[in-house]
Amino acid sequence: MKLSYFPGCTLKNHARNFEDSTLYAMDRLGVEAVELDRWNCCGTVYSLSADDLMRQVAPIRNLLRTRERGDSQLMTGCSMCFNTLKRANHRARASEEDLARMNDFMYDEPVDYAGDVDVLHVLEVVRDQIGFDAIRERVVKPLEGLRVACYYGCMLVRPNEAAIDDAENPRVLEDLITVLGGEPVDYSHKTECCGAHQTVDKPEIIADKTYEILGAAKAQGADTVAVSCPLCAFNLDHRQEATLKIHSDFHTMPVVYFSQLMAIALGGSESVLRLDLHHTPPGPLLTGKGLL
Amino acid sequence: MSGDQQNETDDKNKAVSNTGKPEQPQARMVTVSIMGKPALVPDDSTIMRAIEYSGQQIIRGAGCREGFCGACGTIYRLPGDYRIHTGLACTTLVQEGMALSQIPSVPLEKAVYDLETLTPDVDTIKELYPVVFRCVACGTCTKACPQGLQVMDYIQSAMRGDIAELMELSYECVGCGLCALRCPSEIIQHKVAILGKRLYGRYLRKESKELDTRIQQIKNREYDGEYAELMSLDREALSERYYARDTE
Repeated sequence: MKLSYFPGCTLKNHARNFEDSTLYAMDRLGVEAVELDRWNCCGTVYSLSADDLMRQVAPIRNLLRTRERGDSQLMTGCSMCFNTLKRANHRARASEEDLARMNDFMYDEPVDYAGDVDVLHVLEVVRDQIGFDAIRERVVKPLEGLRVACYYGCMLVRPNEAAIDDAENPRVLEDLITVLGGEPVDYSHKTECCGAHQTVDKPEIIADKTYEILGAAKAQGADTVAVSCPLCAFNLDHRQEATLKIHSDFHTMPVVYFSQLMAIALGGSESVLRLDLHHTPPGPLLTGKGLL
Repeated sequence: MSGDQQNETDDKNKAVSNTGKPEQPQARMVTVSIMGKPALVPDDSTIMRAIEYSGQQIIRGAGCREGFCGACGTIYRLPGDYRIHTGLACTTLVQEGMALSQIPSVPLEKAVYDLETLTPDVDTIKELYPVVFRCVACGTCTKACPQGLQVMDYIQSAMRGDIAELMELSYECVGCGLCALRCPSEIIQHKVAILGKRLYGRYLRKESKELDTRIQQIKNREYDGEYAELMSLDREALSERYYARDTE
């Protein structure tokens, strides 16, 4: 199966661990992710301003590029890119007038966008197109004894038009961890916001959120937290240092992308995990569980 | 390059020149507005020629006159067309009704850096040209480029630290700066392009073994004899050698 693929800027830089492991896992599952020849920033965050259509042009242009290559589905792994692309698409589909204005503005593009591309998250492809049964058959190194707290944050489940699962009690990540042979941990904070872009100006807010979220996971016996968003990953992992300074009883914990766990279970070598990009190293935990 | 050659009618040949005296021009003429002042100029003129034909001396905004140096960026509009067009004055032909203005200089603050201390990645872009991350992918820079480059794509490459693609896509930039003037995010694209090319040249380009070997040969003075011989030749002999040389 071939799917057009949108990496996003962060996966090409500080989240190489996310991209490399995703591409490895997809390849093992028979999905060829074909990166768009030309793509631009997704827009970073979905713009909520009603009258500033210019902010919607970036995501829509990526959908137009997908159409240009004759495809009608675009897969992405980054939750933030996914949310932005999907909501811009929703707006374009909901308003003919907005779409016409954007197409008119992009008069130098060879084709117009007609709202006919579906935005898919990797987890949707995993659940709906590949299927958990097929994944179970491919597992060569089950995540035995690894207790994983799955963290969705906001972007995968809110708002409704961008949700890949139930907003209150999503299960897709837990179901995935289960077929990979790991033990998903139920805890109270899996759809709590990580603090998002407050990390720039008010890292102390992030420190509090990290303390709460990782603390809740730890209290239920989790070894690690699995995420799907580079910003969540940054806040929950790289802000652990700031968290420790404010909360002396905080216990650090490795944070990984779900795709890294997939890559391990599907037989990936350490080179596709890029563990050097983590702040709190997952190496000792994974080695201890016999997974490296 | 923008600017379609237009077909002019004979009526224009009976027009009155901007000196006010009736005359019978030899060439087909078109009327253009040069920075707000109408002028009757031959229809096969470049914008630069037209400006000079109209009696103005260009003291800023002209350089190589062959489309390479980027000194003569020009914006113009055409009758019945809402779009702003751009072109290099030296290589864009005039059209009937063209209203044009030269942009001889683009004010900007360029980053000052020591290439030897940089890394070829997104962090360098962030530090030296943080404005890049204001890009909303509107594509106005691409529309403005008189070289027809995918300017927005190279700025997007810069945003994700793809220095090789930044270099590749901006390679033919002449630095006219029209993109930077049109950008709603106020990015100075052409300067980011130069940074990209420098980073690529310093850190990412492929090594050439042949070049290294030749440089070593020169350092070893293996060609000193041949240099000395060339330097002793007179003009005629030198010319003969030049035209008889092997070329690839």
